[in-house]
Amino acid sequence: MKVPFSWLKEYVDITVSAEELEEKLFSCGFEVEELIYLGKDVEGVVTGKIVSCEKHPDADRLTVCKVDCGNMGEKQIVTAATNVFAGAIVPIALDGATVKHEGGVQKIKTGKLRGVTSEGMFCSGEELGIGDDFYEGAEVDGILILQKDTPLGVDIRPIVGIDDYIFDIAVTANRPDCQSVLGIAYEVAAVLKVPHGSFLPPCPYEAAPSDVKFTVEVQEPALCPRYIGSYVKDVGIGKSPQWLRRRLALCGMRSVNNIVDITNYVLLEVGQPMHAFDRRFLHGDTVVVRRAKAGEKITTLDEKEFTLTPENLLICDADRPVALAGVMGGLNSEIREDTREVFFEAASFARDSVRKTSRALGQRSDSSARFEKGVYPVFPHFGMLRALSLVDALGCGKPTKNWYLPHFCTLEEPPRKQIKTSYSAIDALLGIHVPKEEVNAILARLGFLIEDMGSDFVAMVPHWREDIDGFPDLAEEVIRMYGYEHITPTFLENATVTHGGLTSAQKEELRFKEVLAGEGYFEAYGYSFYSPKDFDLLRLPEDAPERHAVTVKNPLGEDLSVMRTILAPTMIWNVVRNVRRGNEAGRLFELANVYLAEDLPLVSLPEERKHLSIGLWGEGDFFDLKGAVEAIGEAFGLKFTYCRCEKPFLHPGAAAEVLLGEKSVGWLGELHPEIAEALALERKAFFAELDYPTLMRKARKGIVYRPVPKFPAVERDLAVVVEEKVTCAEVEACILRACKAATKAELFDVYRDARLGAEKKSMAVRITFTPDPAAEKGLSPETVDGFFKKIVGSLEHTLGAHLR
Amino acid sequence: MEDENIQLGPDQGDIVAEAQQEAEQASSSRALYETKMKFLGRTGKITALLKGMREIAAENRPAFGKKVNALREKLEELFAAHEARMKEKELKSKLAREQIDVTMPGRKAKKGGLHPITRTRQELIDIFAGMGFEVFEGPEIESEYYNFTALNTPADHPARDMQDTFYITEGFLLRTQTSAGQIRLMEQKKPPIKMLSPGRVFRSDDDATHSPMFHQMEGLVVDKGITLCDLQGMLDEFARTMFSSLSKTRLRPSYFPFTEPSVEVDVSCAACGGKGCPLCKGTGWIEVLGAGMVNRRVLENCGVDPDVYTGFAFGMGIERIAMLKYGIGHIRSFTENDVRFLEQFKD
Repeated sequence: MKVPFSWLKEYVDITVSAEELEEKLFSCGFEVEELIYLGKDVEGVVTGKIVSCEKHPDADRLTVCKVDCGNMGEKQIVTAATNVFAGAIVPIALDGATVKHEGGVQKIKTGKLRGVTSEGMFCSGEELGIGDDFYEGAEVDGILILQKDTPLGVDIRPIVGIDDYIFDIAVTANRPDCQSVLGIAYEVAAVLKVPHGSFLPPCPYEAAPSDVKFTVEVQEPALCPRYIGSYVKDVGIGKSPQWLRRRLALCGMRSVNNIVDITNYVLLEVGQPMHAFDRRFLHGDTVVVRRAKAGEKITTLDEKEFTLTPENLLICDADRPVALAGVMGGLNSEIREDTREVFFEAASFARDSVRKTSRALGQRSDSSARFEKGVYPVFPHFGMLRALSLVDALGCGKPTKNWYLPHFCTLEEPPRKQIKTSYSAIDALLGIHVPKEEVNAILARLGFLIEDMGSDFVAMVPHWREDIDGFPDLAEEVIRMYGYEHITPTFLENATVTHGGLTSAQKEELRFKEVLAGEGYFEAYGYSFYSPKDFDLLRLPEDAPERHAVTVKNPLGEDLSVMRTILAPTMIWNVVRNVRRGNEAGRLFELANVYLAEDLPLVSLPEERKHLSIGLWGEGDFFDLKGAVEAIGEAFGLKFTYCRCEKPFLHPGAAAEVLLGEKSVGWLGELHPEIAEALALERKAFFAELDYPTLMRKARKGIVYRPVPKFPAVERDLAVVVEEKVTCAEVEACILRACKAATKAELFDVYRDARLGAEKKSMAVRITFTPDPAAEKGLSPETVDGFFKKIVGSLEHTLGAHLR
Repeated sequence: MEDENIQLGPDQGDIVAEAQQEAEQASSSRALYETKMKFLGRTGKITALLKGMREIAAENRPAFGKKVNALREKLEELFAAHEARMKEKELKSKLAREQIDVTMPGRKAKKGGLHPITRTRQELIDIFAGMGFEVFEGPEIESEYYNFTALNTPADHPARDMQDTFYITEGFLLRTQTSAGQIRLMEQKKPPIKMLSPGRVFRSDDDATHSPMFHQMEGLVVDKGITLCDLQGMLDEFARTMFSSLSKTRLRPSYFPFTEPSVEVDVSCAACGGKGCPLCKGTGWIEVLGAGMVNRRVLENCGVDPDVYTGFAFGMGIERIAMLKYGIGHIRSFTENDVRFLEQFKD
């Protein structure tokens, strides 16, 4: 919200500087995002009257002027401008001055032009940063010629209207009343404790009689709770006066003509969007506010045609749409140079209706922006009064007596909302005592009427403050004006002591991550959404369950449109990004949710399941990755088994399903070389993904202590020759099954040799035999020999192995 | 003495001198041992002398034996001394041989590390857990009711525009704030409540300072007699623990639909101590979180009597805290997962 300092000063007696006001506004909840001094780049430019103009002795195109700069003395200026003449009053940038130049700042110095001294430079409007709306003639090609009564030798800035500040204020969503100069002025008066009248200043105008009658019919009162129309006759379309055009320009609006400018001025000053129709094009002197029919069309002022739906609210005359309600007027009824009669509209439209229309059509305007923030029903009345008083003041038409309202509206003010509460309730919420005189004074300055009943009071809420609806709102009004510095920090003096901290599941999760960090993996965080193309990257079949994904209706782009059902694509892209940045090797993991929906579109919240995703590239192989999975198994007491599996995105020879008992809990393997090649990954990359909740459900709960056996364990090595297809897991499982005392069987070597036979290999396993904790003696060599024999027998029997 | 007349073969002095000379020449323990055996071993010179006793007259044998024994003792002493010298010499050379360059790099297991978001989140949890806060995590895909409506933000509320929302279908969305957790917890649990709700949130924003996904940490206290002063007291404590023991907080008015009064909370800039620097854009203050007294409607929506209980809530961006704490310049760094970035956050 841009508010010029000069405009505020018209309504509030401000004696503090702009910077002090910025601080005051900040303290009461209005952050000034930017305070702009318009004259910042224009220093040392004064007014002067050209006394004489003579041709430069050595240059045809230059003129040497003597200039009377009042009490600054006479100066000699050499100029190339052709529109200057003796007697003209012009802006002069003297030695040391600065002016705007091509988006930057230019410093002016005394110098010689073709041997003749020039003590400065004449300025154009552009060099002062102004257009015609600031000062008539500013846009001429050449030097800005000032009005004849301009004093000499004075600073140019106040004269052309740039000795002013713009407050760019962030207005919070609960204060639509402050989307206006008058709203901010009210706050300024309150925070500066300056006496202030009513929200709307007096708006006198003379109402002419008229026979013309309009009918207003609102078919959708919920979408248009208030509509006021008014007829202005004898309109003369023309230019607005300089002061009005300058104010529009200060707020970044271009002047169009007096009637349109008045609607824009009211929008800025009062916060009420207005619209002006040419009566000639408002057929039947009738206004109908209704929903659009499906497929109905309208062309707005900016000559864009829209096809509408019943979501869109229209203003129509007896025959056709004439405006897109709250967004923009229709091209068919706009004000023209020959407009003689005007029908003004000041209405309040439902904010979500305007928002939906504006978004759906991609059509935004200052008007729709206001309506989206909310325009309270009191404002159309304010706006209409202000508009008619301006018509009168500008003499550009004659307001008439009658206002036209739909049958359910009246102009009578509804009774004020009343909040009954106590001074102690406010103190209790804030935690400090605010003297009741202060409470009363603060609320009064904000426009409340206070009925003080001793310890209780009734606050009657001003009509333009619909955001206020309970005593906590009053408490906020009080403390933001009283000052937050009065709050004295306390530490829960009244609160019950509670037990805090992580639940055991949350602690386990942290430990889980720490185990992986301990294995050399760095934790990664990825977006929860990715591209549907990522499923193609994994070469998942069309009916793969992963493709049954929740999608975002309004994503930032297709790349971020699908909620993850598998984390692997994010991890693959992590690796690709790292490799592209020259990080040739690394290890990453992510623990994050996937989103699994039963039905699409969603009818209930989808299941959110944490997955563990691991990636390893550059250095290390399948077994390094597997080591990480095993480390998790060890840390959480999980006995994983592995079997070969097929995944469309994994190397068919290096892909494993991870099992807990019979249940699959995930997979690990090498990225399929074709995918790696497509991603320009020159070195191998390995990935794994595990279902975290299953792991945690099966995880060992706490430490289970077993007494240390009295006698030492015995290790024996065993080498057997088996068929190539026999896996390590099979050999190990067979050994452990064959003998209860064998507590560990670990492969330490695999050996292949022609002498062993084709398709054969030798596997060497170290077996640990642990005596029973209750045993009274250790394992004798003879006992172990017996175990060994049994194991060899079992291996021969089940796997066709023979001792090497 | 008559003993001196007894002929004992090689002169005793000669044997000792010979042993001395040979022992001195021995270059290693092994050689020294062999020399020793030459004199004192089973086939050594002393044994040979004793064997020769048979040829000596019986009356002279005791004296002869005595002399040989004296000689053996002398030799044993001699060799003991040489052995000690040899051992010391050999230790010295072993130590010299085994000298290493202690400045060479050590060997260590490769360690990974936790993401700065996890670290910051945990640090925040630790601070508030000590004050009695429990941790509650809600769903990331939320219903409109929990994310907005129950938080006093009905469908046409302008505050819905404050947060550009990713919608899934009618009624479901990606949560825009962890405040949704407030409602879910209060539906399950009655006051007294001290809760933290950390997690992922989503907004359709993507530029230099905004990411479509980031993390928030919501805090909620509901009990009897909770005041705005308590809110600032707790946040002061938080700021002192998280940033600097000298940190202060400043409240200023703001607006959130689910709190009333609502405040923005600034923390004094830890980089300049509040004097003003580029980090705090010269103001001495850094905007860190939003907070306020829980709106009565929110309590009512959860079945908590607002005439009996009051409370406060606060919410902060974890990325923002991490960026301030570690001086990270770009929010993108958190999701790019560049190992050179992540490596800096290991223990």
